[in-house]
Parts: sequence; C-alpha cells; structure tokens
Amino acid sequence: MNLLQFLSGRLVKGILVLFAIAVLNFFLIRAAPGDPAQVLAGEAGAADAQLLEQLRERFGLNEPITTQLWIYIKGYMSFDLGFSYRQQQPVLTLVLDRLPATLLLTGAAFVISLALGVMMGALAARRAGRWSDSLITGLSLVFYATPLFWIALMSQIVFALKFGLVPNVGYETIGANYTGLARALDIGHHLILPAMTLGLFFTALYARMMRASMLEVAGADFVKTARAKGVSQARVWRRHVARNAILPVVTLAGLQAGQLVGGAVLTETVFAWPGIGRLMFDALVQRDYSVLLGVFFMSSAMVVGFNIITDLVYRIADPRIEAAS
Amino acid sequence: MSFLKRFCRNRGAVLGLVILLAVVAFALLAPTLYPQSPWRPVGRPFLAPFTIERFPLGTDTLGRNIASGLVHGARVSLMIGVVSTLVALLIGVPLGAAAGYAGGFVDDALMRFTEFFQTIPSFALAIVLVAILQPQLGSIVLAIGVVSWPPVARLVRGEVLSLKTREYVQAAVTIGQSTPRIIFSQVLPNTIAPIIVMGSLMIGSAILLESALSFLGLGDPNLMSWGYMVGAGRTRLLDAWWISFFPGFAIFLTVLALNLAGEGLNDALNPRLARGRE
Repeated sequence: MNLLQFLSGRLVKGILVLFAIAVLNFFLIRAAPGDPAQVLAGEAGAADAQLLEQLRERFGLNEPITTQLWIYIKGYMSFDLGFSYRQQQPVLTLVLDRLPATLLLTGAAFVISLALGVMMGALAARRAGRWSDSLITGLSLVFYATPLFWIALMSQIVFALKFGLVPNVGYETIGANYTGLARALDIGHHLILPAMTLGLFFTALYARMMRASMLEVAGADFVKTARAKGVSQARVWRRHVARNAILPVVTLAGLQAGQLVGGAVLTETVFAWPGIGRLMFDALVQRDYSVLLGVFFMSSAMVVGFNIITDLVYRIADPRIEAAS
Repeated sequence: MSFLKRFCRNRGAVLGLVILLAVVAFALLAPTLYPQSPWRPVGRPFLAPFTIERFPLGTDTLGRNIASGLVHGARVSLMIGVVSTLVALLIGVPLGAAAGYAGGFVDDALMRFTEFFQTIPSFALAIVLVAILQPQLGSIVLAIGVVSWPPVARLVRGEVLSLKTREYVQAAVTIGQSTPRIIFSQVLPNTIAPIIVMGSLMIGSAILLESALSFLGLGDPNLMSWGYMVGAGRTRLLDAWWISFFPGFAIFLTVLALNLAGEGLNDALNPRLARGRE
C-alpha cells in the first residue's frame, strides 16, 4: 500500500467521523428540553418570535425528521456551522478566528509534555529502583492526580501574581503594538504558563508510559545480544532501548490529542487565552448552543486532522509499519 | 499469599486507602459535622484560614464556611465518581463482551463505534452533553459515563477474545450451553479482576471530570461541589487564595488516594502481572 492510498483511506475515515459528529449534533439539539428552534437561537435569540419562525423555516423544523437531518447535514457539508445570534456572526467565522491561538497552545503543550515526559521516563527506567526513579515516579503520580484548572490557578498565583515572572492572562500585551520578532517573543512569554500547566498532566502520563515501555524493551533478547556483543551501556540504552521504547509512547500520545483539546477549554478559561476553548466557555455562559456545537465539531475535526498527521509521521519514521500493512 | 497481604505490601496503596477512608468518613459525617446547608453564608466573607475556630479553613467571598463546603462536597464527588463509573461499566462491559464473543461483523461494527467515541475530544463532548441536557445530577453522571466507557469495552473485548478459546469454554459449547449462559457463567466471571482494577482507577478520572465540569459552571446547582468552590474563588485569587486552594487540594488528595489504592488492588488481584512489573 503506498502513501497516497494510505492517506486517502485515512481521509475517508476522518470524513466519516466528522459526518457522524454532525449527526450527533443534530440529535443533541433535539435532546435538549424545549423547542429545537429555541436551542438554535440560543438564549439571546429565544425571545424573538420572528427569529424562531425564520429558524423553523430555514431548518425545516415543521418537516419530517429525515428532511430536517438532511437540511442540517447539507449545512455542514457547505461549511455552515450555524449562526450566533448573540455575537451576530457565523459560527465558522468565530471558530476560525480563534483556532490559531488554540493550535499554538495545544501544539506547545504537546511538544513540551512529550519531550519532558520521554526524558523523565527514560531517566527513571535507566535508574530503576534508585531515588531518582522514585522521585520521577512519585512526581508523575502527583501530576496525574492534579486537577488542571486548579494547578492553573495556583501557578497563576505563584508565578504571575506573586512574583510577576510571566503575564497573568491573555495572548499578548494589549496596546504594545509589537511587530515581527518582538511580537513573537511577547506571545511566547504569555504562552509559557498556559502551555506548561496544560502539559503537566500529559508529561506525567508520558513519563509513566515511557518508563514502562523502556523496562519492557530492556528485557528483550536483542538488548541482551547487544550487551553480549560488548556494546557500551550508554549506547545500549540510547540506541537499542530508548529508540524502540519511544514508538508506542508516540502512538499513544497521538491518540491522546483529543484530551489535549479538552484540557485547552480549562486552560484557556483560566488564562483568558483567546482560543476555541475560551469561545466554548463564553458560549456556555451565554447559553449560545450553536457556538457550543460548532466548537465541539471543530475540535473533533482538529483531533481527526492531528491523528492523520501522527499516523503519517509514524509511518515515515518506522518503515516496519508500512511493511506490515 | 492472601489478598490483603499482597495489597499491604504496596505501601503507597495502604496510604491511599487510609486517605480514602478519611475522605469517606468526612463525607458520611458531613450532616453531623455541619448540619447547616453549605450554601448558607454563616460569617464575615474572606475570613482567613486557621484564625477562627468556627471556620478552620476560612470563609469564601459570600461568607460561606469552606470546611463545611469541603465535607459536603466530598459526598457529591465520591457519589458522582462511583455512579458514573458504574454507568461506564454498564455500557462498556456488554459492548466489549458482545464484540469479543461474537467476533466477525459484530466485532468490527462495535469496535468502529468504540473508536469513534475515542476520537471525539471527551471533555468537549461532556461539556456539550451537560450544557444541552441542563446541568443536574443525572445529566452529569450520564455525560461522564458516556465519555468514559470506551477503554472498558476494549479491555473486556480483549479478555473475552482470549478466554473464549480456553478449553473449559469449548467444553461448555460442546455440552450445549446457551451462548448467554456461557458468557455470563463461564467468560465474564473471569474478567472481573481486571474490570475491578480499571473501575477503581476510573473513579479518580470521573471525579476529576466532574470537578472540571462544575468549575466551568456545569455542576448541579443544588449540590455543593469542589470544582464549583475552586471556581468561586477565582476572582479573588491573590488576596484570598484559600478559597480556591483547599477544595482543589481536596480533589487532588482524593484522586491521588484512589489511584494509589487502585494500583494496590492491581498488585493484589493480578499478582503475576505485578511481579512482572518489578
């Protein structure tokens, strides 16, 4: 199977998932208490009788349910995720405006947590049973149980409010009008705390996985062979064990991307980061269901896209996978 | 070696169990310790912790007793954690067992269904479910259950797949036992140990999920919850850190205790696996 076939197969699968989510959204609107037109209008528009009538007309709410479904899906297929009456803008515009900030945040958190987690896990495995192993294992147990929104608030108190090391909230310094590199640095400065707190849980997760994976590979026959051949300890751990142990960790990390997007809702809420997570929180507070469902759809699309990229990178990185399929 | 002995050999697990028992005791004693509703303002707002005996952990922005909120919140967190995990098991176990035992097309279809739920960002789905069905106990439990079952289904499917080729199951087929009977009396009882371990670890994640939902304002408005308390202190972080600190620490401690105890349970129930890990 060549790369193109593989890619188109994955794309078809991804589109099917998104189709299923559109159908799910359709039924969620009907599962809400009250009239679907009121759900679509959100709290802001629900009092407007004329608007409700328009919505009934537009979404065919007086037609049979199959027709309604067809109209709804057709909307999604033409990239119409609905309209926010609260913000007077199409949901797609709102979401696309906010998407880059979320991609930056989740991307940074992913890279940080994977790098830190793999390093910590590898170190712990290398020193299995010693105090540094206990420390790393203990720390990952702790971070694994820490509520994300709480650690975000606490680090906000310590690092931003008390010591002023990093900005408290926001994406960039408002009114500074930085451009070019200065702006990038400013955004980076704002990014540190949100990305670190979002990545903490995943760092713990990847460290645990990496440690287990390393110890498993360390017992394999080819490692014994390498030792018997007289390969140095450092080289055995680096080239033979770590290289093979990292593969399952990366696969699982790719599958975890969805959780990263979910965590972004909490992080962005705490740090007033202008991404789709914050948009979701605002929609929640304003009972703006069209935006809520739109963000849900878009974040799923993000995960689908991310999974395809991980698969692709993985396939290129490890030729055995191509041979196996 | 006995179950208890194996569990106690894991010191972390014993510590976890002790913390957990303390949390359960506080939850059970909540109405005796603080008979008044935790929602009622009972003192001056923003009282610092460890200064007034009546309010050991201080008061919040509205003068509500934080200690009272904590013990009442423990009831809610534990209950939602346990019940929503049961919901996840009720969805995951039958689906996984059916997929593993039936195989073929049924297996394929059910696994695609499971994969679909694993692809969706689970927290976003939980938010949408609770927001649309309105935040109340039932919708919260349902939402957490709906986003947590896929790992259960995969685990049970894997176990069933390996169990169904065992000789005693083949024997049951040969003597003409009905399929449901084989599943319930021969196969499922042997999957209980890993299910218990997974379930105990899932309670912690369910508590984290519930607290995150109520932090965002998606808690049952009639039930005091730790996540809500953390959120309520957000606006006064610097001058009244304790309002957000204590409830968050309670979540952390409870989840940590559950995870530790869960790992001990794993060691005790799957001794072969535990030894292999050392």
